[in-house]
Amino acid sequence: MINVKFFARLRDLLDTDSVDLNSESLHTAKDVIDQLIKDYPHWQDALSSTQWLVAINQTMAQPNSPVADGDEVAFFPPVTGG
Amino acid sequence: MKLYVAVQTEDFAQSKLYRQLRQDCPDIGAIVTFTGLVRDINLDTTVGGLYLEHYPGMTEKALNAIGEEAGQRWQLQQLLILHRVGQLEPSDQIVFVGANSAHRGDAFNACEFVMDYLKTRAPFWKRETTVEGDRWVDARASDAESAKRWQRDDRD
Repeated sequence: MINVKFFARLRDLLDTDSVDLNSESLHTAKDVIDQLIKDYPHWQDALSSTQWLVAINQTMAQPNSPVADGDEVAFFPPVTGG
Repeated sequence: MKLYVAVQTEDFAQSKLYRQLRQDCPDIGAIVTFTGLVRDINLDTTVGGLYLEHYPGMTEKALNAIGEEAGQRWQLQQLLILHRVGQLEPSDQIVFVGANSAHRGDAFNACEFVMDYLKTRAPFWKRETTVEGDRWVDARASDAESAKRWQRDDRD
């Protein structure tokens, strides 16, 4: 299982803060996005945007970064703290 | 270097953090502190307040990584990074960075570096309250530019 989290504007757009995905056939963060769009077709517009950043196990990552069973994968907008 | 990171809803007292920076360090010659406040105007719109969301766990991890990197780049005795989350009002304190060092250059640089990296790498998001309703604050290109100057240093 891969736990997927959404934050800030993206969470509002999807109206969801977290979903679990079967990790089978998911190899990269990009695969996670593709699977989410398959499972939740109405999220396609929101998830297709290239602006979202990704973190794997709470460390910044890239779309082609590898994911594995048990990982926490988070998608969120560019950060605006400080 | 002693690194202290905190993410909290409560306000903070600068005097207390400053005292901490002065403690037990007879060899420090400089303390530099930065405090960020909530402005009441952003992009020409009056802001009634803002909500700061974060990614619990990752935020602390990111701030620790930024602090550790600062400690590798400059000679610091202590580095304090404190960021508030939750509901904030105009003129509230949001963020505090304090560094002490033998000489001021290292402390100044470390504070600027931490702020520039924090603004582009630590998972915080601001949602402003305005008369036209709530809006998520967009990331600024100027913040990304400010962070980049420290990467140019890597090539030196």
